[in-house]
Amino acid sequence: MSPTNDTETPAPMLLTVTDLHKSFPGDPGPVPVLDGISLHLPAGDTLALTGESGSGKSTLLHVIAGLETPDAGQITIQNTALETLDDTGRAALRRETVSVIFQQFNLIPSLDVAANIAFQARLAERHDPDWCATLTDRLGLTPHTAKYPEQLSGGQQQRVAIGRALAGKPPLVLADEPTGNLDEATGDAVIDLMLELVAETGAGLLMVTHSDRLAARLSRRLHLSRGRVA
Amino acid sequence: MRRTALSALWSHWRRHPFQLLTLILGLALATALWSGVQAINAEARASYAAASEAVGGTRPVLVREGGDIPQETYIALRRAGWQVTPIVEGWLTSEAGRVRLVGIDPLTAPPDIAAAGTVLEGEIGDFFTPPGQLIASETTAERLAEMDLPPVITAEGIAPSLAFADIGIAQGLLGMEGQITRLIVLDTQPLTTPPLSDIAPKLTRRDSGGQADLARLTDSFHLNLTAFGLLSFAVGLFIVHGAIALAFEQRRPVFRTLRALGLPARDLTLLLITELLAFALVAGALGVALGYLIAAALLPDVAATLRGLYGAPVEGALAFRPAWWAAGFAIAVAGTAAASAGALWKIARLPVLAPARPRAWAMASQATLWAQLAAAGALGALSLAAILFGSGLVAGFVMLGALLLAAALLLPAVLSGALALASRGAKGVLAQWFWADTRQQLPGLSLALMALLLALAANIGVGTMVSSFRLTFTGWLDQRLASELYVTAETNEEAERMVAFLEPLADAILPIWNVEAEILGAPAEIFGVADHATYRDHWPLLSALPGVWDSVAAGEAVLVNEQLARRERLSPGDRLMLPGGALTVGAVYSDYGNPLAQVLVGVDELVRRFPEVERLGYGLRLAPDRLDAVRTALVDDFGLPPDKMIDQQAIKAFSMQVFDRTFTVTGALNVLTLAVAGFAILTSLLTLAAMRLPQLAPAWALGLTRGRLARLELMRALMLAALTMVLAVPVGLVLAWVLLAVINVEAFGWRLPMHLFPRDWAVLGVLALLAAGLASLWPAVKLARVPPSQLLKVFSNER
Repeated sequence: MSPTNDTETPAPMLLTVTDLHKSFPGDPGPVPVLDGISLHLPAGDTLALTGESGSGKSTLLHVIAGLETPDAGQITIQNTALETLDDTGRAALRRETVSVIFQQFNLIPSLDVAANIAFQARLAERHDPDWCATLTDRLGLTPHTAKYPEQLSGGQQQRVAIGRALAGKPPLVLADEPTGNLDEATGDAVIDLMLELVAETGAGLLMVTHSDRLAARLSRRLHLSRGRVA
Repeated sequence: MRRTALSALWSHWRRHPFQLLTLILGLALATALWSGVQAINAEARASYAAASEAVGGTRPVLVREGGDIPQETYIALRRAGWQVTPIVEGWLTSEAGRVRLVGIDPLTAPPDIAAAGTVLEGEIGDFFTPPGQLIASETTAERLAEMDLPPVITAEGIAPSLAFADIGIAQGLLGMEGQITRLIVLDTQPLTTPPLSDIAPKLTRRDSGGQADLARLTDSFHLNLTAFGLLSFAVGLFIVHGAIALAFEQRRPVFRTLRALGLPARDLTLLLITELLAFALVAGALGVALGYLIAAALLPDVAATLRGLYGAPVEGALAFRPAWWAAGFAIAVAGTAAASAGALWKIARLPVLAPARPRAWAMASQATLWAQLAAAGALGALSLAAILFGSGLVAGFVMLGALLLAAALLLPAVLSGALALASRGAKGVLAQWFWADTRQQLPGLSLALMALLLALAANIGVGTMVSSFRLTFTGWLDQRLASELYVTAETNEEAERMVAFLEPLADAILPIWNVEAEILGAPAEIFGVADHATYRDHWPLLSALPGVWDSVAAGEAVLVNEQLARRERLSPGDRLMLPGGALTVGAVYSDYGNPLAQVLVGVDELVRRFPEVERLGYGLRLAPDRLDAVRTALVDDFGLPPDKMIDQQAIKAFSMQVFDRTFTVTGALNVLTLAVAGFAILTSLLTLAAMRLPQLAPAWALGLTRGRLARLELMRALMLAALTMVLAVPVGLVLAWVLLAVINVEAFGWRLPMHLFPRDWAVLGVLALLAAGLASLWPAVKLARVPPSQLLKVFSNER
């Protein structure tokens, strides 16, 4: 019998969310969107956030990214408590630790593909031209590096957004319905590539999706309903 | 990090160079008009200062009220120990213009008089010994070369239109032998000197006020120019504001992305401020250079105006002055800050997750309209408060500025209301779409239309003021210049002989004698008038006591000009203190174009009070058909030089020439302001054109051709310009009223009646339509030629 590997240490905790609350103003009173959410994500792990429209998936992602502030609860990313950070601190976190892939791509229209991919890495002063070239090649964008976003198809634009998110090799990638604007075949191809590259960089991935099929491809899944973990 | 973010921000301009050009050019144009006007003012003021320094600076002077100082008085003062130096002053006139000749005694003159230094450095004997020498600047020397004068040597640092000579030579050239205009009291005096009243009781000691007076007189002229410069700058700022707002709005998604990718809000704001500062400096440099060209083009006319109206010595050439270069840059930076403050504030507070609304700029909310209305109301109230409670020229300009801005802010609401009315009456689907679409586009164009409104209103206002002034001035000249011929003798003796010679030839010989004196602390002219029907029938009285002419003839009353009456709040019946005792104000008369206070007394009273008044000038009444005969007789039989007589028509022509030249600058600034507004429309339409595709593509897809859409775009621009013009007429008329009834009164001391000139409005309306039509032609042609693939992209889901 081969001995069990009792000495293997578990992966360090990348993200911990504890009892998170968030509501938005409404009529007649505040509308709760996140109601006591708790979750954790070890480094290198992948987690799918699913749920019906309005369940709070995107809000949770935005709060984790520091784009929104919670009403209550704690978020810790790599041992840093988000609530202790001001705007500049949260911006530094987004720059260096967390990358967000948006459904609407949010590329910079006046920069070409190569500049868009390198952009966040350069912001974080972690630009590695060789890695950017590899990424560009892996994403199939090499023939398009001199093009501007408006000259690309939706699938190509989303691949640029993925490239930008991974160029700085961030510990945590947050993806908000990254294939929501794409057809099924293109979406599948984009997800394949994203998972492959995330695994290669060793990043943790938290992905919001409507699709059970896509969620099944991640290692874990968390279903939200009316702002709670179902 | 900042460098990377900056490169992303700059990449927008690399991809949109025309938008960058609009921004830079708008700011440069605004700066150019402002700094051009400032250059003119700085040049003129520097000339006054140089002239003041040239003749003794701020030292006190001794003068004799109503006449020159006999040379014997000067000698008596010197013998008594008074350290004074004599000055003789007069004008040399030729077709090349007038030059002020100042006679000095280089041995006693203070060394800081530029010419005195030159003399002492050179061959002093040549300066004293006949024919003597004149010292002048190079440009003045060129003018003097055309006159029959002693040799002219040039020297640095002499004020324009000014020449120096030895006092004896100057007295000869000016026909003032034995006379001195004033005595400058030198800085160092003996410990004990006998009092002035013992040696020269007829002399008065005054603080040197000659050039200060000039500065006071011309201040209003410069303030008017400054106000016009400021108006042009405000019009330019509308372009800059529009361009910056558009650029910020277009880049709003990029700002959000930058924030989402980790750029702190503070860094983003700082980067944008740096970017704007760079633009302001580039545009400032361009604007100052353009302003220099504008100033160089306008300065000769301004110089001629200042010389003609005030006798102010200003050269027609522009010098490099670092102060206004710095001022130009400062105003460009301040203008950019003012135009971008709102946009920067919004960016600093931009929530990272604000929904991307690429057309938010063009979709002005109802709240914006209400805010504009509230601001217009506040500015209207400020304007009203300035009318009711303010006084002085600055209050006048505050009122004017507030009024114009209020009107501009009201424009979008009024246009929106007019378009809503039009859409209600529209029949047919195309008309309905046209009006609705125009209304939707209005917010995007409103800044350019505001600029157009300001330019048109300024044109109407200033045009009405100038034309009203011209009409009134022409009528006033007809009244005032009643005599057919005006003659001037060289000496009192010659005058006596000339009057005797003319008695059988003329119907009446009316003395035009005057003295310069101080009335209520300010320089003034006192004229003597004969008791004659010419004055009773023609003199332009604004208000009078009954039987005023009899009272004036009896030496009991005086007439005062409107300037003096307004300044001292005098009205008929009041008492006015004059040299030699107070008299009753019998009437107030209009006296356009005269910067000085003026008083008319009976000619006998003038002689009684100022026995040594020069009796050289006369107006002759005679039948017009005898004019040539009398003129010939005066030259051939009496021996009067032809340049000593001038007929009524020549004076009128000269006066109108001065008048028209005065307003050449105003006219030029008017045209430039309108051009800037035209440019504002062009840039707004061009930048909007790209954003309009999502609105136009559905109409195209539903069956409208690109050509038809382009024609509709052209029509829309023309219709909006026409509506703006209609609204500019009442605003312009209010502006004219303020200029005539408030600003003119404060600046010049006279009030003018307002006349309306609808033909001028029609011409201006055609010009406005032409400007809008030309501005919209390019975007319309671009639209007519837009490839269908670009329109189809609007419907692509993949965008």
